[in-house]
Amino acid sequence: MDILYLLVPMSVFAMLGILGVFAWALRAGQFDEIDVVGEQILAASDAMPGAALDPDQGPAEQATEESAGTARHRHRSPS
Amino acid sequence: MSLAQAPKATVYDDLPVRWFALAAVLWGVVGMLVGVIIAAQLTWPELNFGIPWFSYGRLRPLHTNAVIFAFGGCALMATSFHVVQRTCQVPLFAPALARFVFWGWQAVIVAAALSLPLGYTQGKEYAELEWPIDILIALVWVAYAIVFFGTIGVRKVRHIYVANWFFGAFILAVALLHIVNSAAIPAGAMKSYSAYAGVQDAMVQWWYGHNAVGFFLTAGFLGMMYYYIPKQAERPVYSYRLSIVHFWALIFTYMWAGPHHLHYTALPDWAQSIGMLFSLILLAPSWGGMINGVMTLSGAWHKLRDDPILKFLIVALSFYGMSTFEGPMMAIKTVNGLSHYTDWTVGHVHSGALGWVGFMTMGSLYYLIPRMFGQTRMHSVRAIELHFWIATIGIVLYIAAMWIAGVMQGLMWRAVNPDGTLVYSFVEGVKATYPFYMVRLLGGVLYLTGMLIMAWNVVMTVSRGRAVSTPVPALPAHA
Repeated sequence: MDILYLLVPMSVFAMLGILGVFAWALRAGQFDEIDVVGEQILAASDAMPGAALDPDQGPAEQATEESAGTARHRHRSPS
Repeated sequence: MSLAQAPKATVYDDLPVRWFALAAVLWGVVGMLVGVIIAAQLTWPELNFGIPWFSYGRLRPLHTNAVIFAFGGCALMATSFHVVQRTCQVPLFAPALARFVFWGWQAVIVAAALSLPLGYTQGKEYAELEWPIDILIALVWVAYAIVFFGTIGVRKVRHIYVANWFFGAFILAVALLHIVNSAAIPAGAMKSYSAYAGVQDAMVQWWYGHNAVGFFLTAGFLGMMYYYIPKQAERPVYSYRLSIVHFWALIFTYMWAGPHHLHYTALPDWAQSIGMLFSLILLAPSWGGMINGVMTLSGAWHKLRDDPILKFLIVALSFYGMSTFEGPMMAIKTVNGLSHYTDWTVGHVHSGALGWVGFMTMGSLYYLIPRMFGQTRMHSVRAIELHFWIATIGIVLYIAAMWIAGVMQGLMWRAVNPDGTLVYSFVEGVKATYPFYMVRLLGGVLYLTGMLIMAWNVVMTVSRGRAVSTPVPALPAHA
């Protein structure tokens, strides 16, 4: 099983590399504001300049898209 | 159109995203069609037609390569290029290189589609392609990594969103796996010998094989999950804290699950036990991630009733949970003694492939494609609903048939008479499996039908829309 002399050290180095990246993430403050970053992706919405091209789009569907940019996420009460 | 060359471009570079998204749909149809053909060949072997390049042994690797690397790969590249731009709020780094990634990857796919039926193979599962194609894959992959990590490097948002961590781990791990496993000595233009021999080769092969499942088919698609489920549900991920724990726990524990593919072989017993142990440990991070994704809908479950895209995404997570429970169970040596080499394994793989990977891809593409072509939704939402139900019924038929067939085969193979002779000859097991092969074929046809409905829906959506440029927000929401 000579192959383990390749695979085991490689796993150990990979582990150290992962630990290094984790340490960087910790020190770079990647985990400092995790209470808000989940919501931030909802704010950035794809603009829809071509939406008017589609004659079938009802106002209801368009409203859904447009509001995604302003109201970050709307708390709808579960029915 | 392509004004992304300016140093301070103000629109996202979505051209490679569009190309990869459409390519994913095309290769999905092709790969699943080949799957249906080989399922039919198992039911009716006459469908080989006696032509070598149409035989099961050559088409089966074509099927696996097409669905994993062509369908899944194009979907991963489309979504990772989309997600990394939107969450970093910058256009792609090195746009010319991103176009090379697209054309290079398509060249790999075409080369695979030609060389595998012609019989050129290294004989390593999921790594069959011969050495010149392997080199092209390595070049494309390095370019992919430069574009992806370069984009993160020039990001305008300080925090790197969790989806990017998953995509990044997938890109780095696949590069390492591919280079180590594909090491070979060329012996001609399309012939080579593996750098490893015997059990060493088997160990490298399944170190690669299982980590390919872990990083290509799991980490990459978890990246999709962490972006498209919150976007489609319009809610943040249930627990961002848990998503970080999920990521680090998964990548720390994945690397040594591979030996469970080699239970009761020449591999040393202790190495087999390590493989089993790590496979069992993996249950924890996998279920943590699944629960995190599903609970994103907490308080908004009603959306699941009306939104077929969310149905795709959430049912994908359900299959992820099923497969990541079934997998560790099958990695237990005593269970593996029953399941290994039977169709149970095939059923397990397809519950992950059709349910998790396929549904996650379809849901994400249904979100992505209309937005890439200036629309707010697909041409027909009812067709998405139809696709969902047809495909779901197809998966259930497929995996239920393979479960029953697999357990039956395992029990028949191990049945011995009081005098120690086998109760059944091998061919009796094959004969008993015949009806289940029929059911599996039906399930596969249904799943392919769903994919054809999707292809029609995509063509209609794209032909009525037009490629629009999305401006990068001038002021990042959070610096």
